[in-house]
Amino acid sequence: MSKLTVQDLNALREKAAEQYAVKDGFKLLMCGGTGCHATGSLKVKDALDKAIVDYGLTDTVRVVETGCNGFCALGPLMVVQPGGIFYQKMSAEDMPELVKSHLVEGKPLKRLFYKDPMTKKTVPVQDDMSFFAHQMPRALRNKGIIDPEKIEDYIARDGYQGAAKALFDMSPEQIIGEMKASGLRGRGGAGFPAGVKWDFASKSSGDVKFVLCNADEGDPGAFMDRSILEADPHAVLEGMIIAAKAINARQGYIYARTEYPLAIKRLGIAIEQAKELGLIGEDILGSGFDFNVEIYQGAGAFVCGEETALMRSIEGKRGMPRPRPPFPALKGLWEKPTILNNVETLANVPQIMINGGAWYAAVGTETSKGTKVFALSGDVNNIGLVEVPMGTSLRTMIYDIGGGIPKKRKFKAVQLGGPSGGCVPDQYLDIPVDYEEIAKVGAIMGSGGAIVMDEHTCMVDMARFFMDFIQDESCGKCTPCREGTRRLLQLLDKICDGEGEPSDIEQLEVLSAIIKETALCGLGQTAPNPVLSTLRYFKDEYDAHILEKRCPAKRCAALLKFEVDQKLCKRCGLCFKACPADAITWKKKEIAVIDKDKCVECLTCYEKCRFDAIF
Amino acid sequence: MSNNQNRPQHADITGEMWDQIDQVIAANRSIAGSIITVLRECQTIVGYLPVEVMDYIGIGMNLARSEVYGVASFYALFSMEPKGRHTVKVCTGTACYVKGVKEILGRIGNEYDLKEGGTTEDRRFSLEGVRCLGACGLAPVMVIGDDTHGDVSADNVLGILKDYD
Repeated sequence: MSKLTVQDLNALREKAAEQYAVKDGFKLLMCGGTGCHATGSLKVKDALDKAIVDYGLTDTVRVVETGCNGFCALGPLMVVQPGGIFYQKMSAEDMPELVKSHLVEGKPLKRLFYKDPMTKKTVPVQDDMSFFAHQMPRALRNKGIIDPEKIEDYIARDGYQGAAKALFDMSPEQIIGEMKASGLRGRGGAGFPAGVKWDFASKSSGDVKFVLCNADEGDPGAFMDRSILEADPHAVLEGMIIAAKAINARQGYIYARTEYPLAIKRLGIAIEQAKELGLIGEDILGSGFDFNVEIYQGAGAFVCGEETALMRSIEGKRGMPRPRPPFPALKGLWEKPTILNNVETLANVPQIMINGGAWYAAVGTETSKGTKVFALSGDVNNIGLVEVPMGTSLRTMIYDIGGGIPKKRKFKAVQLGGPSGGCVPDQYLDIPVDYEEIAKVGAIMGSGGAIVMDEHTCMVDMARFFMDFIQDESCGKCTPCREGTRRLLQLLDKICDGEGEPSDIEQLEVLSAIIKETALCGLGQTAPNPVLSTLRYFKDEYDAHILEKRCPAKRCAALLKFEVDQKLCKRCGLCFKACPADAITWKKKEIAVIDKDKCVECLTCYEKCRFDAIF
Repeated sequence: MSNNQNRPQHADITGEMWDQIDQVIAANRSIAGSIITVLRECQTIVGYLPVEVMDYIGIGMNLARSEVYGVASFYALFSMEPKGRHTVKVCTGTACYVKGVKEILGRIGNEYDLKEGGTTEDRRFSLEGVRCLGACGLAPVMVIGDDTHGDVSADNVLGILKDYD
């Protein structure tokens, strides 16, 4: 295809929109995200394609392999238009029946419908499912709707209109003005206003400037950036073009996590397609503006999510942060003025150009505007990707959207912000999603990881988990982080091993305060947060470990006796069947007995026992 | 481009691999900051990064040995030890942790006498605890080669591994 002008782009949009619309027949939106791939969606799709051919429906049915739909736990899944019928947990064997029933006879296949875990009712239509009903897709507006490997689909949904407007009708000042008016804050975690960042870089002198996209989504439990890249890669590219015009940059890099092969593949395809149509490269849309984008693959280092470390990594060095100032807006990649924005931030930009900053800011709270995408996971029924307006309460997110806690267990806390964040306990679940409100209760908004934990999670062990992560990922440049996090981990290990002393709590607090004050980069400064927030809300669990040598959640093997309570045991034999070491003896109607010589302390029996009978 | 005589001897690296390594170096030599890319591609060719390969890359890319080693040792992706035929990557992200990765690692460890970061003596499996794979909807998650397995548990993990010889 030849390079487009603005007129061509508009003509293509009309044409693509017409092809995109469902007039007669069916459109099957099959999720092709990483999650669904892993549960076998590719096989299901093959079977679906075959069934469509077998029933002679190739002219009236279009199968679209979309990016991540968001409801990852139900994969492989598919939405059928018209009607928005939602099918879940499909297998290849289901396909002939589904095609015959729904597409030939017009009777949707009920047995593959979703059943709400709270109401126990069957919900056939996607928009009626409470998981989707409370959401407001903006950054995710195209997820599960378009084929991310087809630029025409994106163009049909107003793709590259924002870039066209920015390139032809707006000055850099106007672009930055709209960004400031939108109130959009950095979605990577720090929450710095994007418009202000762009303003700094645009005012920096120099001919060579860079626009970087941070796709090094390192927080464990966060997968919104992966999903955006897999579902709507062009939105990110378009955001970068607009940013480039605002600061007058000619070159952009997307620093992508190597653990995300599908996202990298789809980004690569998107860049090629955009280049072919003249939407990236020289003289974009005939505007005279040049901008190139390349993907740079990371090599597995959490610290490279920090902006100065990320830039060092692109330069081919060890990815270690450096002190700021000078800020990257003045001296960034290769010492040139640089802006770095997160995937989700950039995906919001095209819509802000089209609809205006005021439109974006109309949703949200006083200081936090627009929407935020969360990756909801852990001990919650509806695991997946959730985009809610700022100001939504955590309770709505966990209970209305998330469908509550499985296995009739009790909610304990939700962990926000990954290793830099903290746990929010039950009594604060009504606080709104807002940068400042979340910070007040000792967590951070972060990049959007929200991991729900039930009563079987040990909070000391959780703090230990994050500290293990941080000390392993510490780059080693500054002493407070390198040595301090190691000392914190040693203390937590000691407590989990049942050797904790009362003075350890004070040591944890003192060390945490010092690390916070003195570490070089954001990673180190926030490293003690998981310790501080668990100490704040779950001090009783620390005390139980230290004073009573007891782990209330029964997760710390060193504090467990591996014995069966004679009174609580219901003689069901579940532990016996599950034990991998044959360490449990049990006969029908008899109490189980654990042989400690054979026991490998793997905790499987604790997980399996429904009556808390093993202590 | 280097000629064959300058190539170090190494049991794990065939002449064909050296040819490919030469191509990677030639393609990236003039690109600033491309050392991470070169290391990645060479590791894909050989399976890991022996010292001989890193030295060879250093000469080819005109970088000090220390600089090449510094980069290779910094990033988790690079391994200087040979790997098993199947690398078992168990996600140790928060969601997977909450849902029982500890038990899964323990079960694999007991069965194959294998620790995180280790390789079995017969070089069948290497076991790695990896950073969040971003597939938290399927937690706990395990990746073997190109296959992603979701909803792994201590109960079913050995059954999954059986299929990888």
